[in-house]
Amino acid sequence: MGGFPILSVMLLVTAVGALACLLVEARAARTIALVATLIDLALGIVMWANFDVGGAQWQFTERSPLFAGFQWALGIDGIALMLIVLTVFLMPICILASHSITKRVPEYMATFLFMELLMIGVFAAQDLYLFYIFFEGGLIPMYLIIGAWGGDNRVYAAYKFFLYTLLGSVLMLVAMLWMGHEAGTTFIPTLMAYNFPPHAQTWLFLAFFASFAVKMPMYPLHTWLPDAHVQAPTAGSVILAGVLLKMGGYGFIRFSLPMFPEASHQFMWLIWGLSMAAVVITSLIALVQHDMKKLIAYSSVAHMAIVTVGLFAFNQQGLEGSMIVMLSHGLVSGALFLCVGVIYDRLHTREIARYGGLSINMPHYAVFFLLFTMASIGLPGTSGFVGEFLSLLGIYQVSTWATFVCTTGIIFGAGYMLYLYWRIAFGVQKNADAAAMPDLGVREWLMLGPIALAVLWMGVYPESFLAPMRADIAALDARVARAAPASDSKLKVVASKAAPAAIGEAH
Amino acid sequence: MSLSASLSLIVPEILLSVSGLILLLVAGWAGDKASRAITIAACLVLAACFVITAPSVCGGAMGAGTSAFGGLFAADAFAGFAKLMIYAASGAVLVVAPAFFERFRLMRAEFPVLVLFAVLGMSVMVSATNLMTLYIGLELNSLASYVLAAFLRTDNRSAEAGLKYFVLGALASGILLFGISLVYGFTGTTAFAGIHAALSGHMAMGALFGVTFVLAGLAFKISAVPFHMWTPDVYEGAPTPVTTFFASAPKVASIALVARVAMDAFGPQAEAWRQIVICAALLSILVGAVGAIGQSNIKRLLAYSSINNVGFLLVGLAAATPQGLASMLLYLAVYVAMTVGSFVVVLMMRDAEGNQLEAISDLAGLARTRFGLAFCMMCLMFSLAGIPPLMGFWAKLVVFQAAVNAGLFVVAVLAVVGSVIGAFYYIKIVKVMFFDEPADTIRGRSDWGHWALLIVSTLAISPVPYLITGWLSGLADKAAAALLLAA
Repeated sequence: MGGFPILSVMLLVTAVGALACLLVEARAARTIALVATLIDLALGIVMWANFDVGGAQWQFTERSPLFAGFQWALGIDGIALMLIVLTVFLMPICILASHSITKRVPEYMATFLFMELLMIGVFAAQDLYLFYIFFEGGLIPMYLIIGAWGGDNRVYAAYKFFLYTLLGSVLMLVAMLWMGHEAGTTFIPTLMAYNFPPHAQTWLFLAFFASFAVKMPMYPLHTWLPDAHVQAPTAGSVILAGVLLKMGGYGFIRFSLPMFPEASHQFMWLIWGLSMAAVVITSLIALVQHDMKKLIAYSSVAHMAIVTVGLFAFNQQGLEGSMIVMLSHGLVSGALFLCVGVIYDRLHTREIARYGGLSINMPHYAVFFLLFTMASIGLPGTSGFVGEFLSLLGIYQVSTWATFVCTTGIIFGAGYMLYLYWRIAFGVQKNADAAAMPDLGVREWLMLGPIALAVLWMGVYPESFLAPMRADIAALDARVARAAPASDSKLKVVASKAAPAAIGEAH
Repeated sequence: MSLSASLSLIVPEILLSVSGLILLLVAGWAGDKASRAITIAACLVLAACFVITAPSVCGGAMGAGTSAFGGLFAADAFAGFAKLMIYAASGAVLVVAPAFFERFRLMRAEFPVLVLFAVLGMSVMVSATNLMTLYIGLELNSLASYVLAAFLRTDNRSAEAGLKYFVLGALASGILLFGISLVYGFTGTTAFAGIHAALSGHMAMGALFGVTFVLAGLAFKISAVPFHMWTPDVYEGAPTPVTTFFASAPKVASIALVARVAMDAFGPQAEAWRQIVICAALLSILVGAVGAIGQSNIKRLLAYSSINNVGFLLVGLAAATPQGLASMLLYLAVYVAMTVGSFVVVLMMRDAEGNQLEAISDLAGLARTRFGLAFCMMCLMFSLAGIPPLMGFWAKLVVFQAAVNAGLFVVAVLAVVGSVIGAFYYIKIVKVMFFDEPADTIRGRSDWGHWALLIVSTLAISPVPYLITGWLSGLADKAAAALLLAA
């Protein structure tokens, strides 16, 4: 790509689009937003196509000392590339899904584009403070989206979201300031190789943990998520589940693990404990929900818990699996929220009991919903399977018991998702108004179709997604190797030690 | 140093005092019908002072060449940096004041003259390198301010604000004078350089009392907790343009003064005053944040917000390093922009008849009725809360950075936690404007002066000025170096 600053251009497109939206009428704003997100999607695809797999770790880098104390430093590795592609892929779909928004459309579209700018920025930033600006700036648009266009209890949810995440983040800011002082640089690639003293790592890890655990969200800091999801408009939920939650995982993989490997090991069981509790507890909570969005929100917490366990397994399979779970969950939960949005637009209720037998009057919808339900459960052939299988494989290398607990999450997941599907799509048509709902329109096909293809692609041929990340994950694995925990699944015979590793390579 | 060299250093002050006196004569002669012309003239004087002072800031003036009248007065880059902010903020106040007072038919010709004298006092304050100069500047500013607070003489609240400000201000001046006399008694001098030399090494208990009283007296002026009680009442009662003035220019002057006294005069005993400053900083952040939550009047809320901000400024001072002082100046610059912007919005809150509105509930649903106004206010509120990518975040970042680099981790952590509490009421304003049903009481039109100021201050706190942070930091670093060189 030569010296073309593609990342800056992506950011610029959204910024210009956001400003333009504010100046025009509703109809034009929709068009501008769609065009801007499609341009970014095109740029994202160009970037993916030009990404040199096996080449330099950081590509498309841009650095210029624009600011005092920090730099405009952008650049991506394979991990960031995949997350940026996920972002730009979901955004046009979100704009399409916002068709039901009729009040204050220009502001809504501007907020969404601003959101996209910040999300791309988070994944592309190579400077600590620049990262923080993008990371924390996301609060403003999300606060407005939930508060201005959300449901009945939106103000409470908006406050909760804002203050929870802000408190987590400011502690991280102090840690970042200390790191900049200690290491003498705020350049993330340098910091990823910097060895902080172990006793300092403990505090730094906790500060970053405070932020990422809230964003992730990890049990018991997850309570803002169901409220925020339920109250947010459909597109807001998609962005929240699809991309915002990934910022926590990205934070762990970009900061916590490579920068504080010793502390990561030290707190491994804290994270594992919380995550295992989350898998079981939130899955059980999801089983008894009456509200579709809440159910999916709780299932998100359970899936994100698998991600954190996999990340802190300190091995290649665990890390790769977590990344795939994140990408897959971004697509699948986004799609599930869209599915909820489709019927919510028709009946204006999220109450599961009001629906039933939709496979009769909405067969196409039922097929899509079934596909995403299966992907959420982790059926082989869908993206969910690849990610969950790899993560569990990684976890198994460290602890068989932890794997056992995490696997129950999949069983529970099958339970609550199939139960949901049964209540909505099968059975008798209880309500006349639900039975009269028309099937998917062209716009809804355009929303759900691409995600369905992506889910199947990732399920059948995950190599496309794994290849760009492999080298980065291997580097991360090597970085954390010195802190990797002992395994209880490997036999204590010297000769057999090579066997699991070989399987990992062959995979 | 010759008299002419000294005089050349105080050109802005001479200009301010001479033009203030001339305009006073004009006011007495021509009466209130000349008030508009006098306001414009006063604005021009401030602009001229700004232009005259700017080179010393850009050039980073420091050292012996900046000291005038045998060490009574210093026109260095530090003073210059503060003066630029003071002139700019006061000029902004003069732009918005006429529209406000004309509504009450009280736009009197004295108003711009009083502002000019207050500015002269502040100018002397930030340049003072002797406790005597300090006191003269402080009192000149205070006396003008008392009158300004009571300027709406037909309004009980304004009169009450003036009286409260006067009584408490006089008490603070008394405390300050007591401290000055103690310091003088134990060090034998009132010159900052002399005190600095006398306090190097051992410090007598009496001198410590002196330092404490001086800082307590100054804490009144910057409305730091526990000397903040007057602030909400005075801010609420004073006419809004005057509140704008109080919240911006004198704040800058007093903070700069505190910094100079602390670093220049009491520099060797930084460990002694640092505890006081840290205490005041953390308490200000906390009280400013918690106190604002229950407010229903926007001016009272902004008063608590200013207390809260003083806390963050003092965190920078507590670092007691060049970086800390520079961060404090940068925070002040952003703070002035945010404060002026927010108060301009308050001034633009008028109903259809042009009456001023002050209740937060009047802002309800503003985003639907007056999107431009609501958008600017939203940016200002998020900036005050320190949410990136707005400039308010950068201001907090540099202050915390200085604190962390100086080893004050605990202070930094407590301060950021305080900033989260503070964020609550800022986002409450955004909630009222964007999420609530429109109250539709704000219908009044505003003149171009208000809009221009609002747009300028919103641009100043938008992400755009990040591009000039390098230049700004350079100026602040030079200013801080000038202050420390004098020590």
